[in-house]
Amino acid sequence: MRKRLRKRLNWPYRTYWRDMEHVPHGNSPPIPEKEGTVAAPPSRSPDRPPRRPRRGLGSLTAVIAVLVLALSGCAGAGALGGGGDGQQTITIAIVSNPQMQDAIQLSNRFEQENPGIRLKFVSLSENEARAKITASVATGGGEFDAVMISNYETPQWAANGWLVDLDPLMARTPGYDEDDFIPAVRQALSGPDGHMYAVPFYGESSFLMYRKDLFAQAGIQLSAQPTWQEVAAAAQRLHDPSKGMSGICLRGKPGWGEVMAPFDTMVNTFGARWYDPQWNAQLTSPKFREAANFYVDLQRNYGVPGAATAGFSECGTEFSQGNAAMWYDATVAAGIVENPAESRVAGNVGYAPAPVVEKPDSGWLYTWSLAIPKTAEEEGTSDAAWRFLSWMTSKEYGPMVGQELGWEHVPPGARQSTYQIPQYVEASKAYAQQTLDAIAAADQRNPSVEPVPYTGVQFLAIPEFQDMGTRVSQQLSAAVAGQQTADEALDQAQVYAETVGESYQREGQ
Amino acid sequence: MTTTVERPPVQEEVAPAQRGNKVGPALLTVLTWIIGIGFFFPILWMVLTAFKQEADAYTTPPTLFFTPTLDQFAEVFDAGIGPYLLNSLFATVMSTIFVLALAIPAAYAVSLRPVKKTQDVLFFFISTKMLPVVAAIVPIYVVVNNIGMLDNVWTLIVLYTAMNLPIAVWMMRSFFQEVPKELLEAASMDGASLWRSMREVVLPVVSPGIAATSLICVIFAWNEFFFAVNLTAAQAATVPVFLVGFITSEGLYFAKLCAAATMCALPVVIAGWIAQNKLVQGLSFGAVK
Amino acid sequence: MTATVERPAEIVPREPVNKGREGWVRRAPLLPALVFTIIVTQLPFLFTIWYSLQSWNLVRPGSQQFVGLDNYVNVFTDSQFRGVALNTVVLTVGAVLIAMVLGLAFALLLDRQFRGRGVVRTLLITPFLITPVAAALLWKTVLFSPTYGLINFVLSPFGAGQTDWISAFPLTSVMVALVWQWTPFMMLLTLAGLQSQPHDVLEAARVDGAGSFAIFREITLPHLRRFIELGIVLGAIYLVNTFDAIYMMTQGGPGTASANLPFYIYQRAFLGFDIGQSAAMGVVVVVATIIVSTFALRLIFRSFQEES
Repeated sequence: MRKRLRKRLNWPYRTYWRDMEHVPHGNSPPIPEKEGTVAAPPSRSPDRPPRRPRRGLGSLTAVIAVLVLALSGCAGAGALGGGGDGQQTITIAIVSNPQMQDAIQLSNRFEQENPGIRLKFVSLSENEARAKITASVATGGGEFDAVMISNYETPQWAANGWLVDLDPLMARTPGYDEDDFIPAVRQALSGPDGHMYAVPFYGESSFLMYRKDLFAQAGIQLSAQPTWQEVAAAAQRLHDPSKGMSGICLRGKPGWGEVMAPFDTMVNTFGARWYDPQWNAQLTSPKFREAANFYVDLQRNYGVPGAATAGFSECGTEFSQGNAAMWYDATVAAGIVENPAESRVAGNVGYAPAPVVEKPDSGWLYTWSLAIPKTAEEEGTSDAAWRFLSWMTSKEYGPMVGQELGWEHVPPGARQSTYQIPQYVEASKAYAQQTLDAIAAADQRNPSVEPVPYTGVQFLAIPEFQDMGTRVSQQLSAAVAGQQTADEALDQAQVYAETVGESYQREGQ
Repeated sequence: MTTTVERPPVQEEVAPAQRGNKVGPALLTVLTWIIGIGFFFPILWMVLTAFKQEADAYTTPPTLFFTPTLDQFAEVFDAGIGPYLLNSLFATVMSTIFVLALAIPAAYAVSLRPVKKTQDVLFFFISTKMLPVVAAIVPIYVVVNNIGMLDNVWTLIVLYTAMNLPIAVWMMRSFFQEVPKELLEAASMDGASLWRSMREVVLPVVSPGIAATSLICVIFAWNEFFFAVNLTAAQAATVPVFLVGFITSEGLYFAKLCAAATMCALPVVIAGWIAQNKLVQGLSFGAVK
Repeated sequence: MTATVERPAEIVPREPVNKGREGWVRRAPLLPALVFTIIVTQLPFLFTIWYSLQSWNLVRPGSQQFVGLDNYVNVFTDSQFRGVALNTVVLTVGAVLIAMVLGLAFALLLDRQFRGRGVVRTLLITPFLITPVAAALLWKTVLFSPTYGLINFVLSPFGAGQTDWISAFPLTSVMVALVWQWTPFMMLLTLAGLQSQPHDVLEAARVDGAGSFAIFREITLPHLRRFIELGIVLGAIYLVNTFDAIYMMTQGGPGTASANLPFYIYQRAFLGFDIGQSAAMGVVVVVATIIVSTFALRLIFRSFQEES
């Protein structure tokens, strides 16, 4: 085929060129015609014969022709145009955490049950998903019919009128049972009017995971409510780089959803705060400095290699591959750690509440949940989107995942009924109670010891926090990498926080 | 993969080391081979890893011997790389066609029939290439959003066309300059029509240039990431965007990632291997034949 | 906006025909490309200028208001912006120059007859063809990963241990990946240049008893000059816009240690949603680029003048 194409593309010009070949040759060397040469001087002596055309266009054209053919053959497959057969395609932007991957895997069941609806997932890592979803929803881009957001965005976006009120939809969905949601989670997803604007897929707090076997070997006892000082001492004992063992894995990756989450809980429990009630930034206060130095030192002295680029997934790999003795992170991590197919430490892990210093109950509260942007209502896809949402957050979803993929895959922390499924209780007995306790104890209204003008444990529920948190996290991450001291990081971070604080002070006047 | 073409021994005298003893050249050859393999090794390793089981991918020391498996590629297809490949293909091919359709007449005008200011126009084209794309992304996003063209493959096609057009005009221009004026004049004296002289005089000379230009456009369009990541979501996303989305939060994923990366890079690598001479011509703006 | 890059005056268009209708007929084939380019590449910048005068946070509805030059004041007082600008210069200049030196060296090595020359050349050009996103991913995971990376494995006999290259040397790591991708490009260009050397001159020099190094310095290098210049200019055009590698490898971090201007502006726009400030930064960058590219264009222009 290629040959034929080439022949066809070689046109009759050959004849014309042959006519020209009587032009006398000069001194210039013959031009090598063989393929593979880069040679031939570009000198252009006037008496040189015009260069012969080279082959090669033929092959490339052939490639393009094949591509176009392939395209026209496959374009019907759906990528380049929606089906016109009365099907609705629902596009869902989702964060690519393991539980969400499970949902994607099982979603063909939903499609079977709802033949009129086709699902299309856009699964992105947390930072990217957040950027994309926020841009789309804030500008009314309308690329997505359903989005995965958290309890950070939901109340703010509900107040901005960007999300569809889910209360009426829930009310007319028999058996959905919204009262089954864990109260703390439900409240965190409510708008200013008390209605729910997002439904939780899973909820999490934070706790400390540690290697029971290593602790026993070294004879270390953690108290029921460990303190950060205890954790640091244990990390020091168990840190052994020569054996590839790090004392503790903590997030160090920039991004307010990454390093800021565990760090903020530390800030809170050290008795520090971002702002005083008059919106004066407090990032250079002694307590804030103490917390930041503690966090950075812990990472630099006993952290994993690459601590400054470690996020949830990196730490998950390190800890479940047996390279770290402790890991302080989200409660959902237990599902990874206890999964024997992926983890080498399953069964050897103990769970303790989030370590504290001054403020008790320092764990965070976070929930990945699903919401419908207002644009979907305009496009008439909101009903179909809700059908999917109510499927993915239904009471029946958990048991289905458990039966299909294993009970450690069940999304935790959203519904109380999840904790009454016998198989799940059995599979998660190492951490189920700790998870529930941590979520119930998380104190979103009063995150710190002293009063603050904001809510949120591991974030500040203000729109500027995405940006400010990210910039501060970059500074902190640089300190973890050793490029500056924690104090230097805070000095710069204080400037960012002041700018934001000033805008609220102006507003308050 | 058909690239092992030897160069005729036109200028073996050039290499200085060849005049000395015989050890020197041999050493140099070995050195060259080492460098070549060293440069290629990361890619080789990526491809190898793509054929491993995850457990094999995570061993220290890295293992060279393993039972190859296609599992990872199957997973990549399961994750739905298909539509992304199609989008990439469509955006690449269409934008390249548009670039050629716009660039060939433009290059013809600036090189064969220049009028005053054409040189300015030429510099205008290349100067657009020097602008940081990022400075335009916000307005582009807002405008594209307002006209409802977000997440539409045609948006990418338009932008890729604009992105590759300047380079294409410059490249095509230098190929058009190769067209011997005498021939054109001879043709028109023979009474050849414009179309005929285009077909029989201009096209033969510039067709290698068209091939070179298309190849460059294909490479840059296929590999483009910035617009794709910011302006597409689900329907129109291209392979690089897929790759980014594929970096899951799952624990073990080296082999899967390598499989995805291999599939993402492969089409262009193969095209480039096949047409590597065109690549040189194209990249040097036709300054080198 | 950018059309007025100054052009040295020496150039004389061939056969300057400009007589009304005839001129337009000749211009006609040029117009579609020109109009298209102006609409797609220039109009957005007008919007950018307009946005740069607004205070506008995308996530705070109703926050759009005219603030004059406030955003510019913020940009120039932002120490991070200056650091990032410096990163951009270091990254671009460093990667271009190192890639050029390596490319030249490899080209000299390849400009000989030996077994498997075609194969080696094919191996060497492949990094340039790899999708940058995939290449960055490759460097981040397969090569630089502290625990499983090949680099640490290769260096382990020398006691490298578990160095985390990307967070210890973020900018350098990105630069290494970029050099790896762009060396083939420089090599191809200089190799083409080498092979287009006039033999008679080389032969004559050799007959005159000139040494290899003298020949290289006196004949080869001057001959290569325009190829080198071309490589530097083209490389700089693409590398100054580097986004993929940073996005994939470091996300600009730790801190902003490896962020360049494109990535930083992207962050301010799509993570911070501060449209006003990011637009102002964009304008500053465009102005700086115009200044720099005026010089670059002079270079590339001289290359092409010598050619014809």
